[in-house]
Amino acid sequence: MDLPVWIADYALPVAWITVQIVALVAPLMLAVAYLTVVERKLIGYMQLRVGPNRVGPRGWLQPIADGLKLLLKESIFPTQANKGVYIVAPLLSIGPALLAWAVIPFGPTYQTPFGEVTPVIAEVDVSLLFLLAVTSFGIYGVIMAGWAANSKYAIIGSMRAGAQMISYEIAMGFALIGVIMAANTLNIGEIVVAQSGGFWHWYFLPLLPLFVVFFISGVAETNRLPFDVSEGESEIVAGFHVEYAGMTFALFFLAEYANMILVSILTALLFLGGWHPPLPVAPFTWIPGPVWLLLKTALFLFFFLWFRATFPRFRYDQIMRLGWKVFIPVTLVWITVIGVANLTPLRAVFH
Amino acid sequence: MLESYLPILVFLAIALGVGVIALLLNFLVAPRNPDPEKLSPYESGFEAFEDARLRFDVRYYLVAILFIVFDLEIAFFFPWAVVLDELGATGFVAMAIFLGILVVGFIYEWKKGALEWE
Repeated sequence: MDLPVWIADYALPVAWITVQIVALVAPLMLAVAYLTVVERKLIGYMQLRVGPNRVGPRGWLQPIADGLKLLLKESIFPTQANKGVYIVAPLLSIGPALLAWAVIPFGPTYQTPFGEVTPVIAEVDVSLLFLLAVTSFGIYGVIMAGWAANSKYAIIGSMRAGAQMISYEIAMGFALIGVIMAANTLNIGEIVVAQSGGFWHWYFLPLLPLFVVFFISGVAETNRLPFDVSEGESEIVAGFHVEYAGMTFALFFLAEYANMILVSILTALLFLGGWHPPLPVAPFTWIPGPVWLLLKTALFLFFFLWFRATFPRFRYDQIMRLGWKVFIPVTLVWITVIGVANLTPLRAVFH
Repeated sequence: MLESYLPILVFLAIALGVGVIALLLNFLVAPRNPDPEKLSPYESGFEAFEDARLRFDVRYYLVAILFIVFDLEIAFFFPWAVVLDELGATGFVAMAIFLGILVVGFIYEWKKGALEWE
């Protein structure tokens, strides 16, 4: 018996893709949930406190309780708010934050009896360009949230966040150009393959300034401390999401943490050799590639939390000065250095 | 070629779907007790006064304008960087001239104080 054509051609592939996406999004949501509890515990220990330890064994059920609480809370719709924009803003925040994961490769191409399998949802050749486009969408959520709420704190917060995010996006884009110049491809998987070998082949050494700029810009892009003037608890309460409560707030929260993990995994992929072990010899190669990738991601996530526990909040003029007067010149200089070196025997260093 | 973008379309639907379902679930189970005080804009306990959409500093607007210039520049750089090895010296010099013009503009706006926030 033959299946109708439309089922074989459309319904089955879409169902298979859906299964893959759920297999990615569900662990991602779990990772977000547990990142919050790890954050609270870690910062607790850094400040000689204990952190959450009441819900479940040693506090490990805390994120479940938090999620349930937010689900059962009333979502407030301020009378002065523009209802339509107000409800679309959190969706525009969470949508791009999840969609960006479509092009993240989690490991090398494996040879299996069914053919070649690459652990990535969408094998797109211009994945880096796609990522840049999708992540810039997140800013609409922030701006719309602040404007629609029609509250003074919200609008100040969204103005600050908007200007800050676009400023650091430039530095981030220039840092990516350096990576592309070295790898000559826009495909993230191929960029990782171009870094094959031990840690001295990874891009964080020849592109050290770009590596630093990229990660710090990533921290600023996600509005995390010490760049969180858009939320600045002590001056504008919660910034652009001050009026949001319940699930509408939870979506902004999820998006922020999903973006933190995204920046971390991207830094690991582009600068730290992705799934390659630090030394291509026996004890290191026993650990599978995806595990290495997640370990490196965890390292950068730890940096996110460490920054938050260590640094006081920047002033706004300091943030803008760092972005425009330090990061952009540094990246421009380093792009020129790579370009010149490309024409000399030194080019081997960058390839 | 184009079918490699199908997963992205499906992912887009699911990514938005996650948000929509979460909100719908919230509307179903959460209580709703609106109250004029609760629904007024939060201003640290004071009565909200005036419209929140005040005039804002022109520098935010300036940053947005500068961003467009530089983001376009990045968009031009991307394809160039991919084929840099095949372009050789000619490609590098051409881009150096382009970059040079933009750097002159960047220095100009710096000197003019467009990047000052003090």
